[in-house]
Amino acid sequence: MSRKILPRVILNVVIIGFMFIWFLPTLGLLITSFRPAEEVSSTGWWTVFNSPLKFTQFTTENYREVLKKGGMSTAFKNSFIIAIGGTLIPVAVAAFAAFGLSRLHFKGRGLIYGIIISLLVVPLQMTFIPILKIYNTLNLSGTFAGLWLAHTGYGLPFAVFMLHNFFQSLPDDLFEAAYIDGASIWTVFYRLALPLSVPALASLVIFQFLWVWNDLLVALIYLGGFKDVAPLTMRLSSLVGSYGQNWHLLTSAAFISMVVPLIIFFSLQRYFVRGILAGSVKG
Amino acid sequence: MNLKNRNIWVALFVGPALFFIIFYLLYPSIHTIILSFMDRRSETFVGLKNYIYAFTSRSMLTAFRNNLLWLVVFTLGTVGLGLIMAILADRIKYERLAKSIIFMPMAVSFVGAGVVWKFIYNYKPPGVEQIGILNQILVLFGADPKGWLIQGPWINNIALIFVGIWIWTGFCMVILSAAYKGIPKELMEAGRVDGANEWQIFRHIILPSMKSTIAVVATTMIVNVLKIFDIVYVMTNGNFGTEVIANRMYKEMFQYRNYGRASAIAVVLFLLIIPAIIANIKRMKGEES
Repeated sequence: MSRKILPRVILNVVIIGFMFIWFLPTLGLLITSFRPAEEVSSTGWWTVFNSPLKFTQFTTENYREVLKKGGMSTAFKNSFIIAIGGTLIPVAVAAFAAFGLSRLHFKGRGLIYGIIISLLVVPLQMTFIPILKIYNTLNLSGTFAGLWLAHTGYGLPFAVFMLHNFFQSLPDDLFEAAYIDGASIWTVFYRLALPLSVPALASLVIFQFLWVWNDLLVALIYLGGFKDVAPLTMRLSSLVGSYGQNWHLLTSAAFISMVVPLIIFFSLQRYFVRGILAGSVKG
Repeated sequence: MNLKNRNIWVALFVGPALFFIIFYLLYPSIHTIILSFMDRRSETFVGLKNYIYAFTSRSMLTAFRNNLLWLVVFTLGTVGLGLIMAILADRIKYERLAKSIIFMPMAVSFVGAGVVWKFIYNYKPPGVEQIGILNQILVLFGADPKGWLIQGPWINNIALIFVGIWIWTGFCMVILSAAYKGIPKELMEAGRVDGANEWQIFRHIILPSMKSTIAVVATTMIVNVLKIFDIVYVMTNGNFGTEVIANRMYKEMFQYRNYGRASAIAVVLFLLIIPAIIANIKRMKGEES
């Protein structure tokens, strides 16, 4: 047996080393965000472990400051508004489309589905300038609605792809039986297809929500200089410029932007993983 | 259900999505291609001028070089580390915990991750106490602290790429792990009984069975890396020779207000992505038949 002990030790050392490197950055951020300004700028965050039980070395002052003066509380609210609209609209539109394309038999549905899926390849950069021009004439730039609609357009190909796969995997007999019983198309969609697809919908909602919540680029383009509607990511990136070396503030601002995704991640990890597997690997 | 009725339903179900797809993806893409042949204000036709700029200007060449570096290091890093973790984590008791920690960065924004790592890379002149842990480690070993994000072209670009690897390795690990667990255990056991060592098992059993999944993950990473933007935007804003293509496009669009050049760069980005996607589709079709 002793022959097997050494590899075991090496295995564990490698994995724990990995975990350590992956976890350390976030830990450092969290600790720093609770340390007073003068300490943060003069000593490393790891020095708190010299006297780990001295709770007076921590403060919540940084959070109070970035939430108020740094505008992170407004940004937090904006992120919620943007992410909720930017999740519900595309998921609803995609659910309708995916049902229509997989369960209603009509001419050209293969073609339409093909077009939608093939647009997965388009980098968003290809769309910014023309849409921004239209947004400027319609006064949609700098508005939540403009951003919701943009996230709907951009999120659709993936969402349709995922739900289409799911709807298609449902047995045909189920739907035929419902139609024979006299159910309308709407009833079949609303009472049969939707309830059955709750797991797929859950994965998609989590995905889209995190995608919108974490998005910087789309917000930068369509919200431009409108500060009062800026989400957390935009606010945080502009704080990086204005706060420079004020790490006590930057770290707490960064943590504020990470709280919601982390909660979602740790409580709904299962759906998250399932979504990734459904989205990137066929079958 | 009569035919006319059904067509109304079809229109109601599929119509909205079609509108969004056309308005937000199809039409603007075509328009951008047209704009890429126009001047900065989209008024006069300038032929290939913007493309000549995109392929010959110094800043674009730097961006191409960096994207290529990202492509190689990031893809090898994420897929390689993801594969190693997928296989190793299968052999330990705390697999779920280990995978959760590696996967966690995937949930947070690139902006947040950028701030996290900017702090790790923090530089203070020698003699002053370091607050960035990486330089503290260097000092501990008697070396001088480094300006990780300033010293180009290798150190700062690799430093940025590592942030990307930190974020995406978990994604690769999750997919590769699912594929690894799908390999029949008897196959590997049979190999071991026949006297194969772990490396031979990896080389001749694990790798061939996971080949197609690895390819899918790698192409996904390649597409990702070509579009990389946030990390560079937040951490260096493309300064000190860290520019990438997507950042150049953003700068041309918003800083220099040159819509012609910005469009041409977007089209170049698009053309670079296409081969990766086609490879993916081809392989999927190959598997189906």
